[in-house]
Order: sequence, then structure tokens, then C-alpha cells
Amino acid sequence: MRVQKRTIALSFYFFLLILPIYWMLNMSLRTNADILANFTLFPRNPTLANYLKIFTDPSWYSGYINSMIYVSLNTIISLTTALPAAYAFSRFRFIGDKHVFFWLLTNRMAPPAVFLLPFFQLYSTFHLIDTHIAVALAHCLFNVPLAVWILEGFMSGIPREIDETAFIDGYSFPRFFLTVFVPLIRAGIGVTAFFCFMFSWVELLLARTLTITNAKPIVATMTRTVSATGLDWGLLAAAGVLTIVPGALVIWFVRNHLAKGFALGRV
Amino acid sequence: MDKWESNRAWFLILPVFVIVAFSAIIPLMTVVNYSVQDIFGPGQRFFVGMEWFREVIHDERLHNALVRQLAFSCMVLLLEIPLGVLIALAMPKKGWGVAACLVLLALPLLIPWNVIGTIWITFTRPDIGLLGKTINDMGIAFDHTARPLDAWITVMAMEVWHWTPLVALLAYAGLRAIPDAYYQAAKIDGASSWAVFRHIQLPKMRGVLTIAVLLRFMDSFLIYAEPFVLTGGGPGDTTTFLSIYLVKIAVGQFDLGPAAAFSLIYFLIVLLFCWLFYQALQNVGTGESK
Repeated sequence: MRVQKRTIALSFYFFLLILPIYWMLNMSLRTNADILANFTLFPRNPTLANYLKIFTDPSWYSGYINSMIYVSLNTIISLTTALPAAYAFSRFRFIGDKHVFFWLLTNRMAPPAVFLLPFFQLYSTFHLIDTHIAVALAHCLFNVPLAVWILEGFMSGIPREIDETAFIDGYSFPRFFLTVFVPLIRAGIGVTAFFCFMFSWVELLLARTLTITNAKPIVATMTRTVSATGLDWGLLAAAGVLTIVPGALVIWFVRNHLAKGFALGRV
Repeated sequence: MDKWESNRAWFLILPVFVIVAFSAIIPLMTVVNYSVQDIFGPGQRFFVGMEWFREVIHDERLHNALVRQLAFSCMVLLLEIPLGVLIALAMPKKGWGVAACLVLLALPLLIPWNVIGTIWITFTRPDIGLLGKTINDMGIAFDHTARPLDAWITVMAMEVWHWTPLVALLAYAGLRAIPDAYYQAAKIDGASSWAVFRHIQLPKMRGVLTIAVLLRFMDSFLIYAEPFVLTGGGPGDTTTFLSIYLVKIAVGQFDLGPAAAFSLIYFLIVLLFCWLFYQALQNVGTGESK
């Protein structure tokens, strides 16, 4: 009896959790006129017109391409720089190690709003405004520390005897790192890549400020549509649904590591 | 675990150091630079010392934004932590349900923050939103664009909807780490389910809950995109939190000096909490939760 009550409460919670997302999905399948005129729980005349418009209008679909480009760039930069650093933090004691580790955390927690103007100035100086690399570098502010912390958490779970044995067997450090160690923590690398991808994908403020047209991400395209007159709710909803797709596709693979990733590898 | 002593490890950190220095230290120094100067244009700048800080500290609107921010972050904790723990306790311990719950919980966490705002606009608007229309049809006036209280309720609801799953995920991870032997011992002693929660589950979750509290506090302290999209900080200033106010000054009014001074104060507050977070994490690492 108790168990049943629990399950009912939990189901009710999940119902509430899904409802807003469902409502957006519902809207994305209707035309704007239909949304404004009729209030229905299910789309009566479902149409894919909104999605078609997004996939055929360059000002919409280029947003997705731009986002994908800078998110991928950022993930690659974050992972390649964080891997050796995380190894250093998990295996060595050196001057200033704790301070650097803490300093990295402060950047993960820093308000992006604080860095907005200086970023704009800095990237203007280097003529990087409105390029993908600018956004990718800006997102390194919080993603590199994140990657270091998560990877350190995973690496500390690997016994040090493995390193010692490999070095006794005559492995050089780069060879050991790439052929023995990296394969051992590939799950951790996957999780880290996922979190870098995600945090870069969901960020709006920096991505919007550092781009104008050529590298404008989809999240910025959406807010600019909000501020314009003659809001097309159906189109907006369809664009929103499409931004959920990349995350939804990979949830299944990372479901057991979500807590660890969000807790910076500390759980 | 004993670590090797070697300062050559610095070479491994160098790439991270360089890239984060480029995206953190240089910008931060620029902020410091702005905060003590009055800039009219290229080449026309005057050293003004602490003047901007004085102006910012006495700024009535900043005080209001700070109070609002603290109230918001505290309410976030009060609502999300208990709710998250309850959800984690209700979740199944094995079987196919575990994976299903985890996937569902993760869904809101992976949505871009501005889309969260969009979802909640479409959900709560009095004319086309499912929730807004239903409430208004029941005879209760509800409009988050015009009434401050409604705006607050909507922003809170959105925030709780968005981030409670994270607390639940963390709490669930903590619960799963409790060995079965503890529950068996409690059963033999005839402990009530409340006693099990109070004396076994809660103490064992202390580590993850500390992380959850600090993460939620920090991230809600930096909130920008969701309320910006949902309410734009309005009606009036009623949902203008610190980041929104800062962006208003910096980009909207282009007041570089005050914005920079404000940024530094903001950053110092964050730094303080960050340090607390770090200390707590150190204790988690060495404490009983391992």
C-alpha cells in the first residue's frame, strides 16, 4: 500500500515535469493562427510547417550549425587541455596545486555577466567578434575548469599502481598516457565531453553578445525573435523543441553518470 | 592516497593555465581597470579612484536587486532541497524504473536556459498557455507580465521545475551508496521508516546534500537567461536579479565604470561562497561519505 502511494506521487511529479515540455511540443505542431484562435490539449490538425520553415530558412538552420560548430570546438579544446591537467592534479603534489585547483573552481562559478564587457573588448582587439572560435574560447572560462574537476574525479578512482607498473615496464609518459591511461578512463572522458557540450549548448549570454550574424547561435536567434513584433509562437516552439533533441539523444548513455558530472566529479 | 611530489607537474597544467588565464585573468584585469577610471572615449580617461565603488554601494536599485537575489536563492534552496530528497526517496531502487526515472529527471537539465524561459512563457501566458489559461478560466486572475506576485510565482515555479531534478539526482546517488547491511540492521532493530531516514539516510546523504545546497545556491545566484526571457526583469524591477541588473547597466546604459565596480563586488561575493563550497568539498572527500 505504501509503495503504491509512493509510485502515484512520483508519477504525478513526472507528469508535472513533462507537461510544460509537452505543451511546447503541442504548439510546435500547430500554425500560429491556430494557436491564437483555439485552445486545445491535442493538435487537431497537426502540421510540420514550422519545422519545415526552420529546415529551409537559412537564418534559422544556420543557428543550429553555428551552435554545433562552437560547441564542438569548445568540447575539443576543453578536453585536450584538461586531460593532462586533471592527471597532474590527481597524481602529483606540487607548489600551488590546491590554489590552482580552487582558482579553476572560481571560474566555473564566476558570473558570465561580469565577463561580458571585457570579453567583448578583448575579442574586438583580436578581431574575433562574430567568429565561432570567440564563443568557443569564451565558454572555456567555465568548461575547462569543469572538465578538469570531473576528469580528476574519475582519474582518482584509478589505482596508482597501474601507473607505477607501466613505468617499470618501460613505458614513456606520453605512450603510457595515450595507450594505457586514456582507454582506462574513456567512460570519464565521455561524460566530461557530454557536460562540456551541454553547458556550452545551454549558455545564452556570452554566445549572444559575442556574435552578430555569421556565428549567431540558435539560442540567440530565438531571443531576437521574441523581441521582434509579430511573434510566431509555433515557429518559436518548434525551434525550442529542436534545441532539446541533441541532449535527449545522449541522455540514455550518460544516465548513470549525471550526478557525478553535475557535482564536478565529487559524488 | 599519497601523491608523488613533483613540480614538473606544472608542465601538465600549463595549457589549462594559459587558456583560462586568457579567458579569466585578462578580462578581470580589464574590469579592475574600468572600475577606477572614467572613460569618455579612446585616449580620454581619468583616474577616479574609488568613486564608482562609492556610487555603486549607495545605489538603491542595486540594494534592491541584491535583497531580491538573496531572497530568491534562499527560497530556491528551501523548495528544491526537500522536494529533491522526497523524489529521491520515492524513486525505485532497482529494475527498469531506475533508468526511466533518471532519463526523465535529466530532461529539464539539458534544455538551453533561454528555451526554459520560452517553455514557461508558452505554458503560463493567460491567452495561450495551458497553465495560465486554466487558472484564469477558474476565475483567478493570473498574469506574469503585469502582476509582480504572479511574476515571482512563475519564476520560482520555473526555477523549481528546472533544477529540482538535479537535487533529486544527487540525493539518489547518495542513497544508492548506502550498503544494504544498514537497512537490514535497522529492520532487525524494528526501526520505523522515519528513524531509518533520520539516522541512516540523512547522515549518509550529508555529503551530496552539501554539494547540492552549494551548487544550487551558486547557480541561482548567477541566474540570467531564464527570467530574462520569461519576464525581462519586470514588471518594473520586480524580477531583476543581480546578473540582469548588471547586464542592464553594462550593455543597456553602457556605464562602464559603475558596471565594472558592480562586477567586482559581485565577483567577490561569489568568491566567498565559492571558498565555502571548496571547504565543504574537502570535508566531503575525507569524511564518512566516501
